[in-house]
Amino acid sequence: MSALTLTLKEEPRQRVDMSPLSAARELTPAEIAALRLWAGKRRWRVDELFTLEGEDTARLVLRGDCRKLDYIGRDARDLDITVEGNAGAYAGMGMRSGRLHVKGDVDLFAACELRGGLGQIDGNAGDFLGAALPGDKRGMRGGIVLVKGDAGDRCGDQLRRGIILVEGNAGAYCGSRLIAGTIAVMGQVGENPGYGLRRGTLLLWRQPAAVPPTYGDCGTHTLGFLPLWFAGLRHLDSRFADPANAFNRVRRYGGDLASVGRGEILVRAA
Amino acid sequence: MVINGIHIDDTFAEAFPMKATRAIITAQNLEWAYHSARAMTGFATSVIACGCEAGIERELSPEETPDGRPGVAVLIFAMGGKGLAKQLETRAGQCVLTSPTSALFAGIEGGKPIPLGKNLRFFGDGFQMSKKIGGKRYWRIPVMDGEFLAEETTGMVDAVGGGNFLILAESQPQALAACEAAVAAMKEIPNVIMPFPGGVVRSGSKVGSKYKALNASTNDAFCPTLKGVTKTQLSPEIESVMEIVIDGLTKEDIDRAMRAGIEAVCQLGAGAGIRRISAGNYGGKLGPFHFHLREIMT
Repeated sequence: MSALTLTLKEEPRQRVDMSPLSAARELTPAEIAALRLWAGKRRWRVDELFTLEGEDTARLVLRGDCRKLDYIGRDARDLDITVEGNAGAYAGMGMRSGRLHVKGDVDLFAACELRGGLGQIDGNAGDFLGAALPGDKRGMRGGIVLVKGDAGDRCGDQLRRGIILVEGNAGAYCGSRLIAGTIAVMGQVGENPGYGLRRGTLLLWRQPAAVPPTYGDCGTHTLGFLPLWFAGLRHLDSRFADPANAFNRVRRYGGDLASVGRGEILVRAA
Repeated sequence: MVINGIHIDDTFAEAFPMKATRAIITAQNLEWAYHSARAMTGFATSVIACGCEAGIERELSPEETPDGRPGVAVLIFAMGGKGLAKQLETRAGQCVLTSPTSALFAGIEGGKPIPLGKNLRFFGDGFQMSKKIGGKRYWRIPVMDGEFLAEETTGMVDAVGGGNFLILAESQPQALAACEAAVAAMKEIPNVIMPFPGGVVRSGSKVGSKYKALNASTNDAFCPTLKGVTKTQLSPEIESVMEIVIDGLTKEDIDRAMRAGIEAVCQLGAGAGIRRISAGNYGGKLGPFHFHLREIMT
């Protein structure tokens, strides 16, 4: 069976809430076509916004300019979603399992409060990647998010569990208020990395312009868990999977001592 | 049955159910992995007084270990799950956590999970950190040489303990040489350990004693110096008997190990002073696993 492909007929004027499509696995293509999606103050049938092709409702492909499509894959279970372009905000929010692959950029709050599965973004991600929603106390709680481009500010804010991988740069306050889990950034990070970090790890390939003064320099070490951690990423379509990019020698900064102080920023050492 | 001049008794070894687990110890090099593994499996010859039976199963190349360093696999057997968990934790805490450069990983997937680093982490006094990798949790415990890395749990499975066979020889050196050959062959078999020193027991026991406080005492029927004063099972030319005890994850593993060991002894032949191969049993009342020597060797 071919994947169910939804092609946008034209760019919607209002932002569209795509969350009803997360139940696609339990529905037939005809039922999916009849689903109603909020866009502004109106509800549209799916087949009013998209042309539908294919039968396999466990695999969805979204085509067209999807920048205004929000909540793609929200709370989804065991769905394989591919967006062949950009996606809107809240992509993969609360996803339980399965895979969301966005071949372009994503907007704010991508993978926020993710619980499991894999979110892969081939382009750039907006602010608050894998973070908690405003007012909530816990961000991503499991799974892996891979960004092949850059991530915005507050990447992994209040991350509770899971892994965020950024092949490019990350913005300011990367890993702010991190509760646990790991954020790895191959490029440069903005100012105040690990601000208010409680536990967990910020793994950096490049020395930040300034490590916050509330971190203590613990010196350079060879850490045994790193080879294991990198080996756990071998299945990804990513530079993180390349053994040539793995290392086990790091400079360890413990902190944030203004918070619980049981976490760390690890910077690749020569 | 006679193989190469050695008589194989028409008897069986009697074994009983146990619980078992495997742990993988890695270190900077094999020497330090062995230091740790030997300590961890020390004083673990018999559940009668040691709490568990343990041994080094085999060496592991860097390609076979989770962290890409040289290591060894150890097997630990106990009579029950609680006892096994306690022994594992105590031994890991005292012998692996303490050993320079060591790391500790689960060696059995599946089965009932029992703590490996789960409680050792508290040694970190709050500075410990966990990392979940590939669905498994690992603990990073800061220690004076760096970090001790331990997987949270390992698997516990049903197993078999007490497989055995006896080597009856014309002299003590000949009995020991035969045992050494047998143990060397049996070490090539996976999923088994021979928990006694060098894999060999010279003090096989019988159930009970004339002293009320003891549950087991010397197996006088196989003691050569008592041939004339007890109901012996030894002929006049037998001057030394040694036993090899085998614990395995399954009955089939012990079958294979016994066969390999007895074959190695038989290759030496009667010319090397080996007269008989026998086995220890308690009339079939002690354990449900019976290893008939002649069936194994046919």
